[in-house]
This record gives sequence, structure tokens and C-alpha cells, in this order.
Amino acid sequence: MVSRANRLVSPANAAGAPGGGSAVVAAEMARKVSASEPESALALADEVLGRALRIGATEAEVLVMAGDAALTRFANSEIHQNVVERALTVNLRYVVGKRIAVVSTGKVDTDGLRSLVNRAAAITRSCEELDDWAGLPGPAKAAAGAAANAWSDGTAEATPELRAEGVRAVIAAADAKGVTAYGSFSTEAEAVAVANSAGIRSAERRTSSQLLTVHMSPDGGTGYAEGVSMDATEIDAAAIGAEAAAKARAGDRAVSIEAGEYPVVLEEYAVVDITDMLGYLGFSALAVQEGRSFVELGRRIGSDLVTIVDDGEDPNGLPMSFDYEGVAKQRVPLVEAGVCREVVYDSQTAARDGRASTGHGLPAPNPWGPFPLNAVMSAGSTPREELIRGLDRGLLVTRFHYTNVVHPKLAIITGMTRDGTFLVERGEIVGPVRNLRFTQSYLDALAGVSAVSSSRKTIKGFLGAAVVPALRIDAWTFTGVTEF
Amino acid sequence: MTDLTDRALDTTEKLGATYADVRVIRRRDESIAVKSGRVEGVALGETDGFGVRVLVDGAWGFAASDTLELAEADRVGALAVRVAKASATALRRPVELDGRPRATGTFETPVVEDPFKISLETKIADLVAADRAAGKVKGVTFTESIYTGHREWKTFAASDGSYTEQVLTQVGSAVEANAIDGDEHQRRSYPDAGGGYRAGGYEYIRELDLAGHAEAYAEEAVALLTAPQLPPGRRTIVLDPSMLYLQLHESCGHPTELDRVFGTEASYAGTSFLTPDKLQEGFMYGSELVTIVADATAPGGMGTFGWDDEGVEAQAVPLVRNGRFVGYQSSRETAPRVGLQSSGGMRADGWNRIPLIRMTNVNMLPVPGQSLDEIVADTDDGLYLANNRSWSIDDRRLNFQFATEVAYEIKGGKKGKLFKNATYTGITYEFWRSCDAVGDERSFVMLGTPNCGKGEPSQTARVGHAVPGARFRNVQVGVGKW
Repeated sequence: MVSRANRLVSPANAAGAPGGGSAVVAAEMARKVSASEPESALALADEVLGRALRIGATEAEVLVMAGDAALTRFANSEIHQNVVERALTVNLRYVVGKRIAVVSTGKVDTDGLRSLVNRAAAITRSCEELDDWAGLPGPAKAAAGAAANAWSDGTAEATPELRAEGVRAVIAAADAKGVTAYGSFSTEAEAVAVANSAGIRSAERRTSSQLLTVHMSPDGGTGYAEGVSMDATEIDAAAIGAEAAAKARAGDRAVSIEAGEYPVVLEEYAVVDITDMLGYLGFSALAVQEGRSFVELGRRIGSDLVTIVDDGEDPNGLPMSFDYEGVAKQRVPLVEAGVCREVVYDSQTAARDGRASTGHGLPAPNPWGPFPLNAVMSAGSTPREELIRGLDRGLLVTRFHYTNVVHPKLAIITGMTRDGTFLVERGEIVGPVRNLRFTQSYLDALAGVSAVSSSRKTIKGFLGAAVVPALRIDAWTFTGVTEF
Repeated sequence: MTDLTDRALDTTEKLGATYADVRVIRRRDESIAVKSGRVEGVALGETDGFGVRVLVDGAWGFAASDTLELAEADRVGALAVRVAKASATALRRPVELDGRPRATGTFETPVVEDPFKISLETKIADLVAADRAAGKVKGVTFTESIYTGHREWKTFAASDGSYTEQVLTQVGSAVEANAIDGDEHQRRSYPDAGGGYRAGGYEYIRELDLAGHAEAYAEEAVALLTAPQLPPGRRTIVLDPSMLYLQLHESCGHPTELDRVFGTEASYAGTSFLTPDKLQEGFMYGSELVTIVADATAPGGMGTFGWDDEGVEAQAVPLVRNGRFVGYQSSRETAPRVGLQSSGGMRADGWNRIPLIRMTNVNMLPVPGQSLDEIVADTDDGLYLANNRSWSIDDRRLNFQFATEVAYEIKGGKKGKLFKNATYTGITYEFWRSCDAVGDERSFVMLGTPNCGKGEPSQTARVGHAVPGARFRNVQVGVGKW
């Protein structure tokens, strides 16, 4: 599987999130940064900032990310992989005039920090000026820190035993239905701090957790379920296991149907791909500035039922109060009642348009531009279980697999259905069908939304987490079939 | 480094580990990004740390840290054991590892021009020159060019006394021209959209000659805006190496990973249609012209090394021989389950990740007789498809669909008319069985990708693919409507 995200990954992060580095240091020299103490991350950022300015930077920005991440993975109804890591990354954007360098490290002893700023200074002596460099964002746009509900002690203190307990509950649900469980239970706690020479000092601590499972039946059915929460103790492992097990059994002995155009009901696990892809292709100011976005403000791209915002404070998602430039996240209406309203900005794209950043910058260097990490799609008025009642003959799709862009400006995407695809006739599920390939414009899909569920789920997406409902869509183009 | 590895191994043994290994890794990455003639980003990254993997009561545990201190080796070693004990509470099949000789020695990627000793000014100037050459073409909307250099120092120590040290160096670069008109966005990239990559030094970047190719590729991006849409139909297609390598990656590389076969990637990337019964029966994966190997010794390949991350020596393993499925990419844990020895395919994405079965260099071997140009000359009516633009395949690696940046019509053995928005689709084994011509050594080239994703937490692998170009009959093209 080749990732689309390769250009979004900075060199330090290329070692694997959440970054890396080392500290071969004498104990008295070590800077101790804890995920639960964002002020310790901010203190380190301040120290690096001071060092950069003292050796000649005219501007500087320091991003510190320190975290503990753990993941328990299971397959064939047993744990087969179980990992824990602690890592720290310091990312320095060092500016002399309009010459900019970015250097990252995990070496936070005195020698490491000295080397960091010196290497950055050396790069600025080698590189050309960025003629439209607008400067780092200032404190008026900075967050005070401490986003509401970004942290849970339950996640930060999650143990291997707690994750194993959750996994055992998922496996028990699989056993009860005679199916087999495959999935993972992850927890992450992170301190993020940004300090820059324009006065930004932002810091907060964030947690997240995710439990996902694919259950596979000996009779061919597969089912998927996922839970995402800032608080790992709120994830109902037994319920997730039961959902996937029931879906897997319902998928037994699937039959082939012909490719073609069908109305569909997409469960939330599939809908998140739409918000992800449209964020990737169009809702970035840089995409608009480069002419590669489908977005034109005021253009209708969806039915009246479609409203999407990016909201870092939504308590149903994974909140964050500021972006990776330290700028407070604004609530940005992307699509209101089907009409494009705004796109997200970082400081550089905002300067080009003569406006303020909306707080959607990614870590520097970032040639890809800003990204909506907290997409929230409005709920509708249709009870979730009623969505299929509106299908005379159509398909219920649990989720998509390996989607990719066929035509960027028309947002035509190809991908496969996976882990539960069902034929619906006269409002009732008739039975499972084998997986299908689709080649479909996601813009056309939004235009065809005829019902939106009244409930929503939080799902991890491509880069962030989204809060999405299930959707009924009048037409979806399936272009191929497979053997299972 | 032996102090730290010994300390971690001693700690895990005292706490009950029956096997342990430690990897200490330092990485250095350098990247330059140029956009529309301007240097948008110059970045250096360094990361180092260590990871400890243990077996306790037949279950795996792993812990990692970025703090290279003896006390931390104790903490991480103990945590790995604790994690393994938690794993053992949900275990049905205790892990058994195959035997292997104790691994000792050193390996270093051969490098002619050390990319980290070439001045930054030189690297920036080379990249800017290429980007500006593409950008000066009338009709180009924006250009993007990248350069990356990667070096990894890796020490491996295991409780059986194995101890190896390796230095791996890789470089990559690309220039890309984008042309936009209305809803049409066309792209041409050289040598490939994500970049051309090799194990080696800056000599490869010079060999690419980005600046010398940029203008022609940019002109083609503009020409695509007014080219006709590729119509649907069943056609003969000839795949350029720049597309064939990804076809190989997705439809042979991944389904021959034995961990996928046993379901350990089921919840993320999926499983595989190449089940062990197909190995026993000698499943006909492709035509007799199709021979594919996983070769960790191939010169210049990004999957070339001395030992994998379990201490298994680099080797070449046949996957498909004359069309028949004959082998898997495997690990010390998975190989014995199908009566094999590890293929030496375990690699981790840095110190903070556990090794998984990853492609080394999955190569399609050339067939003596015809060069790629001669295959085109031998094709009366078909399409020549180059440079991947989009990729997708189902979770058992059967139904695929690819898009290419460019399609040229082949008529009477000559490449001619240009088509835009080319796509093709098929079922893996039907497609490979339709292969009726494979290029010879003259078109055999080492390519690869630096961003093969797999695993949870997500891991990115650097993978090589040497391919010669090939022809396929009766393939569905022109998928979708717009």
C-alpha cells in the first residue's frame, strides 16, 4: 500500500509518528518533557527560541511534540503485536530575512540544541529568499492554550493490561458468534507547544484512543466496527466487538451483483472517506490559490442537507485548540446547506489572501498547505435505521478500502467496498453481496444526498478525526466486481 | 553501543524473556522542496533511539525510547516484558521462531558521492534549475520538485549473540509540471510522481539529469489539457517501467507477504488471495514469461541490506517462476508455518516500530529477446501507458485499478496520439496471465518507492522494484464516466 501522505511527512516524522530523537546526556543536563505537562514542552520551546534568536535568527518558531503512544494489535483472535513508545521532537523554523530553514531533532541536551540552531543558521546561508515570505504569525492569533476536553487521564494512564482487557472483550464477542477478530487498540498522550519570535506561546496536552476490529466468519462474511475517543475508558469494546460480529455473520455467503449505478446508504465508516478526500483535494487555501481545488466560494456542491465545518473545539471529535504554528483554531464553515463557504488557512496562505490564518497549519516545512483536521458533518433528521427504508433497490455499504484520486478537480475517486456490503430492496436488506469497485465523483455524491442520519460517529481519518453521520445518496457508480 | 544492547538483553533475560533483540537506530534525513522555481523548504531531520522486542511465554512484547541511557535500557526492557505478559493473556498459538545462523558483521551501501557531503548550495541549484526549466514552458500552472537524502545507522543485537552494524544510504529526486485549465488538471513528472529513488549517493541524482528532461515533460503536461479522453474498451497495453513497478508492487509484492496471508494485516491493509494451498498446487499466477523475485541483494535497490531486522542475511527469493506461484516473503515466525525458512523480509520503520514483513526489492526479471522499444514496434494496435497517477486494489489484492499520467496510442508499431486521464483495471492473475511480451536487459531498470505503507502503528518502508516493461492483452481501459 503506497501512502498518499508522503509529502505531508517532515523528515523527523519520517521515522514514525509522533516523531523521534535521542538524548544521550548526563542526567543533570537532560530536559525532561512530559506528555502530561505541556508547560515542560513550552519551556523547551522557549529555550530553543532564545538560542535561535541569540545566534542571529531574525524570526524563529519552535514546535515541540512529546508523547507516549501504545498499540495492542490482534489477529486470529489473539494478540500478536504489542508496542509502547516514548518520543520527543523539536522542530525549528529559523528565519533570516526571507531565508528559511527547518531543522528537527530529538537531541535535547545542550549539545543537541546548539547543533540544531547552528545547522539551521547554516542552511539559511545557502538557500534563496522566499520573496513573498509574510513573517511568522503573531500573538493576536495565538491560542491561550488548554483546549476544552483535549485530555483524559484515562487515556494517558492506560496500561497494556487495560488494552488487553478491551481486546479480550472484542474477542469474546467474536467467539460468541463463531467468528475471528482482527484489529487494534491504541492510546496516545501528547504535549504540544509552540513558541515563536512574534510572541506566540501556545501549549496543551492531548489524548486520543481508537479501537477497531474486522471480524471474519468461516463462511466468508466480514464485518467492521470502530470506536474513537479522547478517553480510552469510554470505548465500549464489547459493543464494538458485537457490532462487527453481527455484521460478519450477516455477510456470510455473499453473492455477486453486476456493477452499475445504484442508490446507496453509506455508513459513517465510509462517509469519513468523503470528508477526508474533499479536505485533501479542495478545502485548503493553497489548493485554491494554485487552481487545483474544486472550491469556488458560493458554488453549490451538495444538496441542502450537506453541511461540513472544521471545528477543533467540537467535543465529539478529538479537540485541539491551536495548530502547528500555534495559531488558535477557528471554526470554519466549509460547506453550508450544500454551498462552498470558506477554506482553511495557515499563516502563509492567509498572507497571500490578505487575511488571518484560521489555525490550520501543519508542521513546517509544509509545501502541501493547510488541512482541515477536525471535519464535522452536521447530523440530519432521519433515524439511522430508517435510511435504508428509502431505497427501492440499492446497496448498504459499511466502508471503503484503498481509495485514490482518479480526477482531482472533479473529485472522482476509485476504491473498493469492504467488510459488509448488502443489497437492499423495498427498504429491507435482502442479503450480502460481494465487494464492488467504484469510480465516483464525491462532489456528485454530495449533490445526491437525500437523507442524513440523526446520529453521528467519530472516526479517525487520513490525518485527523471526523464526526460524521450516515448518508443516503441517490446514485453511486460501481465499475467493477471482485471474487469475495 | 554494546553497553546499551547488552544491558537491555540482560534485563529482558532476567525478567523471563526466552528471546530478545535490540535495534539501535540513528537516522538522518535531508529534504529540499522547490515550488514554481522557489525554494519552499529545506529541512534536516535527525532521530535516534532503540527498540526492544521480546518473547515471553510465547507472546511478543515491544517497547522503544529515544533516550540512549543504561537506566532507560532497563526501563524499556522491563516494559517490553510487561507488554509481552499482557499479550500472553490473549494468546492461542505461542510464537515459534525458525533457526538461523548467528548474525555477525557489517554492511554499508556503496556510495560514490556522499549525498551528505555534497554542498547544500549544489543540491538546491540542481533542483531549482530543473524546476525552472519545467516552469518556463508556456501553459504550465505550477511546478514542484523534490530532493531527499536518507541515511540510517543500524545496530542489531539479539539474545543468541547476533550483532550486526549497517549503514544504509538512499537518495531520490523528481521534477513535476502541472497544467490546469478549468476542471482539467494534468501532471507530468520525471522520473516519477513520488520521485526516482536508489540506494546510493548523489551520482544517481546526476544520472537522472532532471534539468535535461524537465522541459519535455512540462510540454507534455500542457499538451494533455487538449488531448482526447481515453475511450473505454478492451485494449492491448504496454506498460512502461514507471507504471509496471507499481503494478508489481501492489499485485505481487503485497499478496506474497506471508503475514498478510495469516491475517495479521487483516484489519488494515487486508489479507491475500495467495493462500498456502495455492503454493502447494503451483497456482498459475501469470504467463510463462512472468518471473518475479524478492531480492535484497540487488544493486541500487532501496530494499538492499546486509541483514533484515531479525538478523536474517539478505537473499534472493523466487516468488513467481515462469508464471507459477512458488514462494512467499516471510519472517522467522511465519515461514515455519508453511515449511519454509525466513526469506529475510522483516524490516521496521525506525527504532520505534516493530519489524514487519516488508518487500525488499520485488523485481520482475527481464526475458531475452526484445527490448521495450522492440515490443512497441511489434504491437500493431495498443496503448503505451507511463507514470502512475492513481492506484487502488482490493484487500485481497485481486481487483485493481490504476491511472497513468499519459497514454500514447500505438498503431503499426509506432507511438502516436496522446490520450488524457488513462485508466486500466483487471483481476490480478487474469492480468498477469495476459502478459505476452517482457522486455530484456536493455530496458531493465531499478525503480522503487519510499513510502510503502503497512501496519499499525503506521510504518513506511523503502522498497525497490527492478522491472523491464511488458505487454498485456485484452485489458479493460477507460474506466468511469466524466
